[in-house]
Amino acid sequence: MDKNKSKRNNFIFILESFIEKFKIPIIVICAAVLLGIPFMGFSQYLMRIIIMIGIYSMLALGLNLLTGYTGQVSLGHAGFYAIGAYTSALLSLKLGFSFFPAAIGGVLAASICGLLLGLPTLRLKGTYLSIVTLGFGEIVKMVLTNWDKVTNGTLGLKNIPRPVIFGIKLTLANNGLYYMMLALVAIVTVVCVLIIRSKIGRALISIKEDEFAATMMGIKTTKYKILAFVISAAITGLAGAFYSTVIGFIEPNSFTFDVSTLIISVVILGGMGTIRGMFLGALILIAFPEAFRFLMDYRFVVYGLVLVFMMRFRPQGILGWKSQMPYKLPKAVRQQLEKLKTEGVKAQ
Amino acid sequence: MSGLTRNCVARVIIQQLFNGLALGMAYALIAVGYSLVFGILRLINFSHGSIYAFSAHMALLFIGMQFGVIPAIAMSIVLTGLLGVIIDKTALEPLRKKNSIPMAALITTIGMSNIIQNLLMIFFNTERKPFPAFFDFGMIKLGNLQINSTQVVMCIVSLALLILLTLIINKTKLGLSMRATEQNAKAASLMGINTNFIISFTFFMGGASAAIAGALISGYYQIVYPGMGFMVGLKAFAAAVLGGIGVLYGSVVGGLVVGVSESFAATFIGSSYRDSIAFIILILVLILRPTGLFGKKDIKKV
Repeated sequence: MDKNKSKRNNFIFILESFIEKFKIPIIVICAAVLLGIPFMGFSQYLMRIIIMIGIYSMLALGLNLLTGYTGQVSLGHAGFYAIGAYTSALLSLKLGFSFFPAAIGGVLAASICGLLLGLPTLRLKGTYLSIVTLGFGEIVKMVLTNWDKVTNGTLGLKNIPRPVIFGIKLTLANNGLYYMMLALVAIVTVVCVLIIRSKIGRALISIKEDEFAATMMGIKTTKYKILAFVISAAITGLAGAFYSTVIGFIEPNSFTFDVSTLIISVVILGGMGTIRGMFLGALILIAFPEAFRFLMDYRFVVYGLVLVFMMRFRPQGILGWKSQMPYKLPKAVRQQLEKLKTEGVKAQ
Repeated sequence: MSGLTRNCVARVIIQQLFNGLALGMAYALIAVGYSLVFGILRLINFSHGSIYAFSAHMALLFIGMQFGVIPAIAMSIVLTGLLGVIIDKTALEPLRKKNSIPMAALITTIGMSNIIQNLLMIFFNTERKPFPAFFDFGMIKLGNLQINSTQVVMCIVSLALLILLTLIINKTKLGLSMRATEQNAKAASLMGINTNFIISFTFFMGGASAAIAGALISGYYQIVYPGMGFMVGLKAFAAAVLGGIGVLYGSVVGGLVVGVSESFAATFIGSSYRDSIAFIILILVLILRPTGLFGKKDIKKV
């Protein structure tokens, strides 16, 4: 058993050092493939699925920050998704905003709700918090359904305008939406990586590992938990704003509890607390129902099975290994250490 | 004129009160399932709503097979209890053995709920199916008040079952083992209690009471569909939390409060808001007093 484990760890070590060694070529190849996808002659239907994979990657990255890194399970992310989508759609439909200001409005609205939802973390932990988030998701849906004057009730909002950049309307046909999805996913990924490698990220991970110990170390756990909620909600709201303009039509039933479960499934399948896992998780779970049309009815059964089996056999997710590479200290910390060392030498 | 309308309003209020009490007792039966499992495992069983939907469909299936109403419901009670045991044995017990994090069990029950609900959709279709009103004995007159007999039956049956459950837990040896497991599973197993059996038995009891509630509520609304468990499950959960999860009589009080406020909200605010009232209660309770009305203070192990 032990030997087997070390062998497996070695494989991960080899893989990681390989990636580390050929970092630049791998990034270049990935970028080339991603940029070249539109020229491979996929149909618009396929391109739409690829864009949906991108949207779910964003959603998963947002939830991952909260669930994977901070350890707070949210079952109401469909609520933030809906708020982002509805706010940006309403801003562009009723007030004539173009996509970017409208999307920023959606992100802001979602973050404010994230702040409000994060406040109960002062008193609630674990499962209770999950229940509050679930209630939040349902209340958002109920407000959207019943507030007819603004949200148009169950009929939904139609003809949401497409984004326009430099006078060019971005559509599925000219692949503008695809490149925009790439840009947004790239931005969100970079933001996530930066947050995780910063002081905030280390505080979040410490809260997940042991909240009590984190408090003892002087980390303001409440502040960081609320911050995690706000950032997570903002990313989800951005995904929602983009979704509304891609599909062009939103209704309250696009944001049910099933969507929240789907986002969680993506995070768990890919690997909680990893960035790489989110893309694989989204790819598998979004492409699956399209690839296996004959299993369409069983789609949600399979999502449920994914949750149950992953928890049973591989709770860390497909790509959820622990890094075998030596931990890299952040630049600022390293510089301070070196400064201390040289000062120490001088003092001697 | 004004006297007449006042009389009318009073009558509506009393009618809605009975309405709410009947529903609330049924919610309490479901809430007991949450409470029992939470007491022992410190786990919120998200699949409970789907278990309830499953029970209603099983009852409908057996009634369709001409078994007669009461035997059909009895069979559905047993089957639903067994479903609870199966969920525990296949998905939750391995997690307990592995000592995995609490979140893993929570997510497993969400997955189970998804599986059950969608399998029901596949085998029974998503449409709403009629359910026989098997305990409708017409109206009961009480002075100038008219009360639906279904509501009275619901109240009495639920109350009797809740008393039975309390007796089982407080007076029998099995109940003693359950309470011991609830307080400290490890110590209980050292005293020779088969904790895994006790946990399975708890799931069975939760499933069976959900099945009875399923039969009552389906007979009351006379409608059955696969998605029915989600909302009712959440309302029952709100009831359990309001009363203090893990406390049986708390579930009853919580169920009554949720049921009555729901039927009042439906009449006085608008029927489209009837479902949201449970959430508002839930969130207020969780923020103001997370342990609920009668909950013990020492719930830390979530």
